[in-house]
Amino acid sequence: MAEPVATSQIIGSDGFELHPADETAILRELEHYEQPQAACIEALKIVQRRHGWVPDEAIPAIARVLGIGPGAVEGVATFYSLIFRQPVGRHVILVCDSSSCFLTGFDELKQALVDQLGIDYGETTNDSRFTLLPVCCLGACDGAPALMIDDDTYGPVTADDLPGLLEGYP
Amino acid sequence: MSESIPNQRRSVGYRSRLMQTEAERRADTHPLTWRLRDDGEAVWLDEYLRKDGYQSVRKALSEGDPHAIIATMKEANVRGRGGAGFSAGLKWSLTLQGGDRPRGYLICNADEMEPGTFKDRLLMEQQPHLLIEGMILGALANNSRYGYIFLRGEYVEAARVLNRAIEEAREAGWLGPDINGSGFDFDIAVHTGAGRYICGEETALINSLEGKRANPRAKPPFPGQSGAWGKPSVVNNVETLCNVPAVILNGAGWYQGLSGDRTDDGGSKLYGCSGPVDNPGLWELPMGTTGMEILDRAGGLRDNRQLKAWLPGGASTGFLLPEHLELPLDFDTVGKEGSRLGTGLLTVVPDDMSMVSLMRNLEQFFARESCGWCTPCRDGLPWVVKLLQSLEQGQGEPGDIELLDKLAADCGPGLTFCAHAPGAAMPLQTALRHFRHEFEQGVGKPRGEAHQDPIPVGEV
Amino acid sequence: MTMAIIHVDGQQYEVNGAQNLLQACLSLGLDIPYFCWHPAMGSVGACRQCAVRQYKDADDDKGMLVMSCMSPATDQTRISIDDAEAKAFRASVVEWLMINHPHDCPVCEEGGHCHLQDMTVMTGHDRRRYRYRKRTRRNQYLGPFIAHEMNRCITCYRCVRFYNDYAGGSDLGAFGAKDNIYFGRYEDGTLESPFAGNLTEVCPTGVFTDQSHSDHYTRKWDLQFAPGICHQCSLGCNISPGERYGTIRRIENRYHGEVNGYFLCDRGRFGYGYVNRNDRPLVPLWREGAGHPAVTLEVDTALNRITDALRHARRIIGIGSPRASLESNHQLRELVGADNFSTGIEAREQACLDLMNHLQRTSGLPTPTPRQIEDHDAILVLGEDPVQSAGRLGLNLRQAALARREAMGEKIGVPAWNAEALKTLGQNVYHPLHIAWPATTDLDDVAAGRYSLAPDDIARLGFAVAHLIDPAAPAVDQLDQDTRETARRIADDLMAAERPLIVSGGSLASEAVLQAAGNIAQALARRAKQGGLVLIRREANSTGLSLMGGQTLDWALDELNGGRADAVVVLENDLYQRLPPEQVEQALGRADIQVVVDHQSTATTAGAHFTLPAATFAEGDGTLVNLEGRAQRFFQVFEPAYMRPEARIHESWRWLHALTAGLRGEAVSDINLDAVTRACAEAHAALAGIVDAAPGADFRIEGLRLAREPHRYSGRTAMRANLAVSEVRPPQDPDTPFAFSMEGYSGFDQPRQQVPFAWAPGWNSPQAWNKFTDEIGGHLRGGDPGIRLIQREPGHRSYSAAVPPAPGDTTDGSLRALILPRLFGGEETSARAEPIQQRMATPELILNQKDAEALGVREGDSLLIGDGPALTVQEQGEWPSGWAGLPAGLLPGLAQGDTLTLRKAEGGTP
Ligand SMILES: Cc1cc2nc3c(=O)[nH]c(=O)nc-3n(C[C@H](O)[C@H](O)[C@H](O)COP(=O)(O)O)c2cc1C
Ligand code: SF4
Ligand code: FES
Repeated sequence: MAEPVATSQIIGSDGFELHPADETAILRELEHYEQPQAACIEALKIVQRRHGWVPDEAIPAIARVLGIGPGAVEGVATFYSLIFRQPVGRHVILVCDSSSCFLTGFDELKQALVDQLGIDYGETTNDSRFTLLPVCCLGACDGAPALMIDDDTYGPVTADDLPGLLEGYP
Repeated sequence: MSESIPNQRRSVGYRSRLMQTEAERRADTHPLTWRLRDDGEAVWLDEYLRKDGYQSVRKALSEGDPHAIIATMKEANVRGRGGAGFSAGLKWSLTLQGGDRPRGYLICNADEMEPGTFKDRLLMEQQPHLLIEGMILGALANNSRYGYIFLRGEYVEAARVLNRAIEEAREAGWLGPDINGSGFDFDIAVHTGAGRYICGEETALINSLEGKRANPRAKPPFPGQSGAWGKPSVVNNVETLCNVPAVILNGAGWYQGLSGDRTDDGGSKLYGCSGPVDNPGLWELPMGTTGMEILDRAGGLRDNRQLKAWLPGGASTGFLLPEHLELPLDFDTVGKEGSRLGTGLLTVVPDDMSMVSLMRNLEQFFARESCGWCTPCRDGLPWVVKLLQSLEQGQGEPGDIELLDKLAADCGPGLTFCAHAPGAAMPLQTALRHFRHEFEQGVGKPRGEAHQDPIPVGEV
Repeated sequence: MTMAIIHVDGQQYEVNGAQNLLQACLSLGLDIPYFCWHPAMGSVGACRQCAVRQYKDADDDKGMLVMSCMSPATDQTRISIDDAEAKAFRASVVEWLMINHPHDCPVCEEGGHCHLQDMTVMTGHDRRRYRYRKRTRRNQYLGPFIAHEMNRCITCYRCVRFYNDYAGGSDLGAFGAKDNIYFGRYEDGTLESPFAGNLTEVCPTGVFTDQSHSDHYTRKWDLQFAPGICHQCSLGCNISPGERYGTIRRIENRYHGEVNGYFLCDRGRFGYGYVNRNDRPLVPLWREGAGHPAVTLEVDTALNRITDALRHARRIIGIGSPRASLESNHQLRELVGADNFSTGIEAREQACLDLMNHLQRTSGLPTPTPRQIEDHDAILVLGEDPVQSAGRLGLNLRQAALARREAMGEKIGVPAWNAEALKTLGQNVYHPLHIAWPATTDLDDVAAGRYSLAPDDIARLGFAVAHLIDPAAPAVDQLDQDTRETARRIADDLMAAERPLIVSGGSLASEAVLQAAGNIAQALARRAKQGGLVLIRREANSTGLSLMGGQTLDWALDELNGGRADAVVVLENDLYQRLPPEQVEQALGRADIQVVVDHQSTATTAGAHFTLPAATFAEGDGTLVNLEGRAQRFFQVFEPAYMRPEARIHESWRWLHALTAGLRGEAVSDINLDAVTRACAEAHAALAGIVDAAPGADFRIEGLRLAREPHRYSGRTAMRANLAVSEVRPPQDPDTPFAFSMEGYSGFDQPRQQVPFAWAPGWNSPQAWNKFTDEIGGHLRGGDPGIRLIQREPGHRSYSAAVPPAPGDTTDGSLRALILPRLFGGEETSARAEPIQQRMATPELILNQKDAEALGVREGDSLLIGDGPALTVQEQGEWPSGWAGLPAGLLPGLAQGDTLTLRKAEGGTP
């Protein structure tokens, strides 16, 4: 394993500035909607795409661009499970823990992930490579147990598949 | 994030698939899936047009009578495939139109997060134009100005396909101003979510679309009166909307006939099966197909296990027993057995599965996905989870099961703000009814003596 | 109002059918527990506490549970509150809410006035079955006003609904999801809304509590109360101040159906600290002159020496005060004679006040009550910043703008109480609200437009609007294109409305602005519009004093300067706050005898020969007239000498009566409030009504006085144990019907106007007010207190033609002062309260970009005004050039429009 590096060093610390391109992208989102607030979730995702997560300072910045209150933005940013408010690793693993996966080996898969990565839910590996999170039913129940790594969905995944799978995400 | 992925990693890559070959699927019996390709690639515009695509819109636009669409839909009685089974035609007839009402929105509910459900994904990933065509028809009928596909954030592939298809349709004049020279204008945007099951509840979905916290809204007013931004809005499930083109093209009678004499509900349905079965998957079958036939198609339980119970349509439906496999799976029949058809995708529970553990898993899901607006769901469900954890560990106390009974009853329809908590209550109530002895086995401590060390918090 | 018959547990009742069942039942006096519903904020159905069983019809014996707050009280509704299953469900709800709630009532500041406690008792929940661990939370620092304790939260969402939806705040929010919901700021820091204090009453438990109260905490049942009137602006909100051990511990809202309803502004709620200051004059003082040490005098000695001195004076000038009661001002006038009486108000302000009274009588539009303001469907604010100058009034104006959604809801059958549904319907659509005001305001977010104009241009805009509405009103020439279009838009909106409202006032000290407002009102009246005219005054009794009449302060100083008088008696007035220091100092210096009666140590008392310690609103009684022209009585909360025997604090009117008697050589007979109120009413025709503003001292209910203390008040016998162990008799009150005691009437069943504190059996929280109203959110059953004095005079007057000329070129480069009222720090007495001082923004100087460039400064730089303080430069987009905006209360004595000498501060920010 690589030397442990503080997550924040790699992904950026709380020092935050809204990238001009992101601001443009957020403003472009407004076209689809009657009210600017509607672009709030997408705005958070835009910031997250660049930084990996949404630092606290992004909240008033997004509020300013959208012309809404920072309280409303923070309310949205803390509601949705795919908006990360703490630094995450370069790759985020979402393991489905819902019923079909539970019935087909989720427990073993999750344990294998914990064992192989050395982290539990909400944690990031020392090398900032992976963050592990639970996710509700991925809509891949015919491929249960399933998981997602970044934008890719996998299933059925067994404990033995994991090493090969993870290798693809340096 | 990662751009190109080496092929070998695709070995366990998940792809949505239908378990019926082209040979089995025909236009007159499989309106939802007959155009799908066996290779699983998306049906793009050219191919869709070759396969009678947009004929229905063409017909409706030339007739130019929104009321006729609604009438046909009502007559066909296309019942909502999002789980509640409400007649789409009836819903559309209640949308406020005309007078000084503004044109509103047609919203496709593509949030698909109900555990055990994976049908809308297939339709969107492989046949995006059918959905678009259905939405145009819905927009015509409801005088909608604009359409949104509210897609769950994890459906990355569906988003890619839909966006490309919308672009295709727009370029070909099926979307945008003056659709196909009819003077009708309508366009669609894909709105991707950021997690949370509750976004699938139609009014929570609208709040989420508006960029707010996904708390449901009180009804009345219904979305048809005051939906997105207070404008008349219609929310329909992906599969519901995908039914519309064929209904409009072939008529209500034809649609009703699809289910034969299996049931009063018409049409076909994307049924599915998951859990420890040999061939989990999806099939388009006539409405009213029995659970037995679906389980058979899924190859029965794996490893010679026996069926203990099954959920007919997702985690929020009630448990049925093996004896119920003979019943036609339609909305009313399943409803009479103390469950709901829900999404019609079966989840199979084998005999070696502890019902207490499974319930704990289900309730963890519901407690975690509660929006936190109303008290029974927000504070009642986590208590349910903790009691189930206790029972699972043999740490239950006398009275726990009665408490679970009461908690489940208190989360029933009408008592909570939306149908999320009732969805959590139904499997619990049925599990307690059918498998009470399993729960009783978890009562291992005299009253007041369990948990000298309290169960750690933060589990849910 | 649509009447409806509903059946509750077999009984038939008549109710207001426009309400929901919860509101209707509470209005009937029936108890249903609830949390998320609030009478002023409607229903959202979140807590599920208010469940009842509803039956379809007389034959239905099954029925189903519904949330009473979300069900309309339509005719022939049948419900059961007593239903066993409904009760069991309600018990479940409280049990869930208590799962994570700390059992910290004994140390919780909400204890004893906690709605959660009340509801828990009401539902009978008293056994814990949940055997798992509780969740714990981190709290936030929310500024000097509000303390935060999130562990106590029951997630009713009321705080965000009030703060954001009702009051327009944007920094508070609901965060998280599931059972992990957090209500707080998006980051630690001071809550920005000037109405944040209402959270302490809106929150049904102890999450948001009054930090100023916390610093000297006392249980509600151990506080002594009296019906008070807020002295911090001209709106006259009704307050319920609570005292213990001789200090005011907190102020809560006192329900008034027409004035303040359920809410106060933060200046009123947290500005009471000046009562408790330990630099207040407590005993009579004598000084040889300015700069000399003060010598303490006995009361009799002081009175004798002052009367002696005054008797020898050639002529005594009396300077009154718009922050003192009518009674005190009247008594001063008695002392010095009408010819020698000044209101203590600077000339320009007084001219504006007189004009406002005049317009209120003659403009043809009535002055709505603050509550009625909310029924107006188009508003023009001309030359005012209501949130800053009249606090609570800003909330009324906001509700008026928001009310558009109710009209939209009505069209599709959404009732007015369905709060979230209306919010959905009316996103960003408001009744038109136009604001002509140079700086940004807290209402901009709901305004159709704000026009950043200089005072004369605001007047010109107003005149133009009037002319567009009625061509007979004088036209404005040389109007630029922009202003013409603005005037057209405003006129169109006002004419399209059913009830247009004009709001103006004295903040700009511009008669032209007021005349313009008057012309618009009159034009609307002539076009037969049902509208209203609201005119904002500066201080608590500005209206009252202008009705009483008297010479200006400038006149008084002139008389002294000119040697035409050699003695002066100043009543509760720091003259240095009103006119330039040199002018005041010089004039006062000419007086051989300066007597000041005040409750604060000010620059004026510092130079006085004699200082007499006056009562604040907390220690005395009196009458004020608010901006509506409503006379309202405030009552003494506690007797200062009881806790501090050395204190010699009395109402100014008592002191002045004693001086009058002494001067006339009469024995100082006792006088009481009723007598002086009556004398004042008799002496001034315009004030004749004030006797009826409140019941007299002989008022009794069931033969009893009214209790100032809750019946559980504890420790009275030990109250003065630090002084002497023998229990002294509680003070007697010759002036009012209230007893300094828990003995007396404190119930709710007998209608009464004057309620020191709200309490009813089972209802300890502020929600107890619901027991005192005729219907929930309606009026006090005994009638809302106070009496309106200013009557409209029939007939038309002629339009004012005082249109200011088009502004000339202002190229001389000089900048004129545009003093902006400010809620925190803009008012003399509240600015002495510690939490208000912490809340004052660092003073800024607002400049137009061009002017800033000319001065060679940029945003954030520092500028010095004369040899005064340094201010941080703020550039505001459309700020009028030639003007520099600066906060009120910063440079006392500086007048609107004064030319400023500005210098760049050396070495950057000081
Ligand atoms: C908690 C909850 C989650 C839901 N999730 C979905 C969903 O993911 N997809 C969906 O189509 N309907 C979902 N529904 C049902 C919708 O509220 C709504 O009934 C449906 O979208 C209406 O469309 P239909 O009439 O076409 O079925 C959900 C309902 C609840 C209460
Ligand atoms: S039942 Fe209540 S808390 Fe649960 S999801 Fe619905 S509204 Fe939210
Ligand atoms: S008061 Fe009715 S649900 Fe809260």
